[in-house]
Amino acid sequence: MGNRCAVVGVGQTKYQTKRQDVSIAGLVREAALRALEDAGLTFGDIDAVVIGKAPDLFEGVMMPEAYLADALGAAGKPMMRVHTAGSVGGSTALVGASLIQAGVHDRVLVVAFEKQSESNATWALSTHPPFNASLVVGAGGYFAPHIREYIRRTGAPGHIGTLVAVKDRLNALKNPYAHLKIPGIDRAMVESTPMLWEPIRYLETCPSSDGACAMVLSSEAKVSGTPAWVHGAAMRSEAMSRAGRDTVSPQAGKDCAADVYRQAGIADPRRDLDVAEVYVPFSWYEPMWLENLGFAAEGEGWKLTESGATALDGDIPWNASGGVLSSNPIGASGLIRFAEAALQVRGMAGEHQVDGARRALGHAYGGGAQFFAMWIVGSDKP
Amino acid sequence: MPSEPSDLVADHVLEFPGGYTRTTGPVIGRFLTELRERRLVGVRTAQGRVLVPPLEYDPGTGEPVTGEYAEVGPAGTVRTWAWVAEPRPGHPLDRPFAWALIRLDGADTDLVHAVDAGEVKAMRPGLRVRPRWRDARTGHITDIEAFVPEVTMMAAPVRLHYRLRPGQALTRFLEGVRDGRFIGCRCGACGKVYVPYRTSCPECGTPVSEEVELPGTGTVTTFAINNLPDPRAPEVPFVSAYILLDGADTPMIALVGGVPAHEVRQGMRVRAVWVPEEERTLSMTNIKWFAPTGEPDVEL
Repeated sequence: MGNRCAVVGVGQTKYQTKRQDVSIAGLVREAALRALEDAGLTFGDIDAVVIGKAPDLFEGVMMPEAYLADALGAAGKPMMRVHTAGSVGGSTALVGASLIQAGVHDRVLVVAFEKQSESNATWALSTHPPFNASLVVGAGGYFAPHIREYIRRTGAPGHIGTLVAVKDRLNALKNPYAHLKIPGIDRAMVESTPMLWEPIRYLETCPSSDGACAMVLSSEAKVSGTPAWVHGAAMRSEAMSRAGRDTVSPQAGKDCAADVYRQAGIADPRRDLDVAEVYVPFSWYEPMWLENLGFAAEGEGWKLTESGATALDGDIPWNASGGVLSSNPIGASGLIRFAEAALQVRGMAGEHQVDGARRALGHAYGGGAQFFAMWIVGSDKP
Repeated sequence: MPSEPSDLVADHVLEFPGGYTRTTGPVIGRFLTELRERRLVGVRTAQGRVLVPPLEYDPGTGEPVTGEYAEVGPAGTVRTWAWVAEPRPGHPLDRPFAWALIRLDGADTDLVHAVDAGEVKAMRPGLRVRPRWRDARTGHITDIEAFVPEVTMMAAPVRLHYRLRPGQALTRFLEGVRDGRFIGCRCGACGKVYVPYRTSCPECGTPVSEEVELPGTGTVTTFAINNLPDPRAPEVPFVSAYILLDGADTPMIALVGGVPAHEVRQGMRVRAVWVPEEERTLSMTNIKWFAPTGEPDVEL
């Protein structure tokens, strides 16, 4: 795994539908300056900058890394852009970590953002090129059939998705940065909202958010403040079009989890981890990923959700921050998962802190669930 | 029979010939003179407050104001406002606008003026506005035609124009679709059958050469019922389904029709419905949709 790497600074913007008070550069600077402040550092202390965001069509900004280099203090330094669709925030953290682990740099600033209000993500994801007629409308249209197949295979009762939609939004009420704040949310409220892409209801989907997240990653020699140590880091991808691909529980996700658990010495994730921040943009993806990531046996993920084990007061809280279901600046959503995992093991998660959290999983997936990025961070030096 | 009194109507206009005059006095005169020069000024009171528009006296105490004028604005902040949806002939604008109390930067009182914001939802307390001056100014409050919101957003049109070719593999597939046939391929190394036709196997990377014709029948493996309208679908709700053609190892995504959305099932047997031959082109739109065959469902 190379040299030791730690998170020493985390910065987030408030996530909301429209940040009309700042430019894209202003938005990423807000997160970056907060991360630097948390680390007790300035741009001058940073060796390299890695930036991630989802497809360029979202804002119509081509090569955002070139546009944003000087806004992020990268003049005269290495600057690169990462793009792995929705998992990009996670991949961005891992590319930054690899520069530390490889001994190339001592301090790397990783930043990810989306300003969804500058256009419309469903438009950007449904470009309808000629010659094919895929009839997929946005991310919900793509994922709904796979959720339906999960429900068929496992016999999960229909209210499981509702439970996750409520749980994550209750957690969001404790997170000052969260976008959706729905006091009094309950199952009846979720069930009263219309089906958009059946079986996905309106309140079982993530919002569209503007926002940015940043982290300062450090080598062991330059650690400052309260570190979250990287115990494992893994990325995997798989071919969308291969025959026999399991779209409900993709092999790349299983392989990525096995790799990151091996590095971190995790035998049983439910027992060995204290909290997980997992990319759940549609509520049914919680039970699906519980199985894919080995927190539950195949077919049993929904039972774990139903038991309350993944609630903030459960034995393995998932998305204590409110998750993607509560805040979704797409390109940043993966990095937020990784950053929230770090905040938990640093004991700095505030009202949604899981008491005594020592090891946490950060997870992101993207595209048609063919990109995966994961890390495990811990309060102890690995 | 006498007329009803209400039938008797006549117009009566009172308008002093040439219009009344208003002697401004030194304070308001200074304000209007500056206005003609595209400047906004207020007058300072003994307590140090800046009155805009200025008065000869402090309205709070009745004391005379100081002789000190302060330049304010030109930007200001909307404190409150009322929307005028149907402007009248005497109004400053001939389109919907807001009457607003505007606190110009540096002032301690509010100026009433029109805000040309376009639509009511653009208005809010705290909105930053600036004057739009008339070219011909006379020293009158209407030298400012209206206030307009500051620039907070600009249009950034981006247009990418591609000329796309389908490529060798997709062309072969579309030739089949033009003739009402599904052309796939079999990988010589792993034996998997792919549709649409392609030239290499995504599983093992082997170049494929064996063409396979698949029937127009298959099984719905899973699907979404879409309640959001789409120009390519005939109606809402519409069903987009994964359809595994008989003999294929990869599903195609296509519309299911000819059946109410909520009667579509996983495992349902379906058959391609083609548009009439004379309407067919090298395009996937040749497939109108897949419709149920009526056969028993398949166990998945």
